[in-house]
Amino acid sequence: MADTLLDKIWQAHTVRVLPSGQTQLFIGLHLIHEVTSPQAFHMLREAGLKVRFPERTFATIDHIVPTASQLRPFSDTLAEEMTAHLVRNCQEYDIPLFGLDSGRQGIVHVIGPELGLTQPGITIGCGDSHTSTHGALGALAFGIGTSQVRDVFATQCLAIARPKLRQIRVDGRLAGGVYAKDVILTIIQRLGVKGGVGYAYEYAGSAVEAMSMEERLTICNMSIEGGARLGYVNPDETTFAYLKDRPFAPQGETYDRAVRWWKSMATDPGASFDHVVHLDALSIQPMVTWGINPGQSVGVKDPIPDPRNAAESDRASWAEALAFMSFEAGRPIIGTSIDVAFIGSCTNARLSDLQSAAAVLQGRKVAKGVRALVVPGSQAVAKAAESEGLHEIFREAGFEWRKAGCSLCLGMNEDKLQGREICASSSNRNFKGRQGSPTGRTLLMSPAMVAAAAIAGEIADVRELLP
Amino acid sequence: MSPIRRKIIGRGIPLPGNDIDTDRIIPARYLRTVTFERLEEHLFKDDRAQAPDHAFNQDRYGGASVLVVGQNFGCGSSREHAPEALRRWGIRGIVGESFAEIFHGNCTALGIPCLTVAVEDVDWLMEAVAQDPGREIVLDVENRQVMFGDRAIPAMIPSGHQEQLLTGTWNATLVLLEAGEEIERVANSLPYATGY
Repeated sequence: MADTLLDKIWQAHTVRVLPSGQTQLFIGLHLIHEVTSPQAFHMLREAGLKVRFPERTFATIDHIVPTASQLRPFSDTLAEEMTAHLVRNCQEYDIPLFGLDSGRQGIVHVIGPELGLTQPGITIGCGDSHTSTHGALGALAFGIGTSQVRDVFATQCLAIARPKLRQIRVDGRLAGGVYAKDVILTIIQRLGVKGGVGYAYEYAGSAVEAMSMEERLTICNMSIEGGARLGYVNPDETTFAYLKDRPFAPQGETYDRAVRWWKSMATDPGASFDHVVHLDALSIQPMVTWGINPGQSVGVKDPIPDPRNAAESDRASWAEALAFMSFEAGRPIIGTSIDVAFIGSCTNARLSDLQSAAAVLQGRKVAKGVRALVVPGSQAVAKAAESEGLHEIFREAGFEWRKAGCSLCLGMNEDKLQGREICASSSNRNFKGRQGSPTGRTLLMSPAMVAAAAIAGEIADVRELLP
Repeated sequence: MSPIRRKIIGRGIPLPGNDIDTDRIIPARYLRTVTFERLEEHLFKDDRAQAPDHAFNQDRYGGASVLVVGQNFGCGSSREHAPEALRRWGIRGIVGESFAEIFHGNCTALGIPCLTVAVEDVDWLMEAVAQDPGREIVLDVENRQVMFGDRAIPAMIPSGHQEQLLTGTWNATLVLLEAGEEIERVANSLPYATGY
């Protein structure tokens, strides 16, 4: 019997089938942060319950942290209050917290893999929709609401229905100047922002197999933007090499035994899927979003599409998007002026993302009038980048070099768009108001494309800036 | 409120549009809090400011408790602040063409049924409610239908969610705790819990 990774992990973690028909699924790793956990701790207290497996729970602080100065107490009193709450809750329930002074703080979806907490074959829950990121290592990682955070605290389990499985095969080689971000934006554009509802996505094919772990993390991160709660890549040698010697990964002989088990958890040859989609890697262009959801994107050389050419059910959304963006159908997206350039977020703030942007920025300057910032995904990413001098390249080009956090991806700290500003952003959501200004506008793209836009002061084709 | 959700009966409020994400339901800047209190004050804050005729700005829908929505409602962020803001405003049930998965689960976890109906029925309901906002909608969770006036519309709700609502078990913690020692048994059977 050929099984998928989804079959195998689901079976290994099933506690029982519930009367509702849902599965009671054991969660191997629970990651928490300051925004969606305080209410869950409160519910736990009200119910007189304890955290059942504090040793399977890890906390960090990411969403609200300032990224300019991180001296406590923060001048932002609400951020300070939320931080203090998390610290107190973690102390009371004996949960390890990767705080600002730990050297390990960062965006929860950056630090999980980086610390080796995220491993193949395990289940993960986190009160954040981008938890799908962790699937890149061959885990099933669920974004959950606060009531479910409470469920996991109290029982280390979720009540959840098993999804269907779609395999997305990307075969062939990516062209120069085309990155993992372009692959996932293309997938979402083709399958739609709700195409994945009720599905887990298995990313496969030669292009995915050739990707580094960080590229796979970018792909899996945005599964939820295509409606899929889960996305994963089968664990392979890239995965095992990535995990070797990470602080929370198994070490020595235990690592060798772990690799054997990890291999056994990958999808078997000949396993069947509910649906399979094929994509030709070479057909993928550098992508830019033009609208108000991550499915509304075009190749950088393509015109902004016309709602009259949309499927009937999308026509009104496209028109609404164009109206909000003040963009005109048929006009090229290239050349669109920008006000802000943001490199950061759980999608694209890892070392290789910063390297790809720095390669474009080296010896060049940010255009006059463009506010540019780079926010590393974690303290470890920042340190690694600084050790190879990337921070100097960014600064010399005119970028601000910030401290780790979610920052301008969602504008919960002091980093926000102002008014109608347009931001070239390496983040994951271009929703109305997402970056902190109710009328601000977001164009999603790869970090290298953000760098190209920052230099030109407008949307540009990064391929023309690469050697 | 009754501990089971067989039927939700209340006046409707139609909110046209597809892919309305949770950032629009409750913008992130209002998540800077350690409780869910007073979130309803910021419900659809930016959409309402930009559209004076937004349904939630219209007095005639005041006191409504059944929200009528389009496709993929609640996509994006997993923030439970979104259904909490709706609940605290007074929404007790939602009917629409489709819902994003995490949002749907979060609603059920709060005892808010989400029923789906065909797109033409959504269009009809939006129009009918706008014409007659004083008339009550019935979300019949048990029999999977939506009633408005003399029309009964077939509706869908996943059986797991339906069961939780009909048996009053949407607080999953209590159900999950019943597994007792079985949880430890599974925990101890996992290779990664025992050094492989």
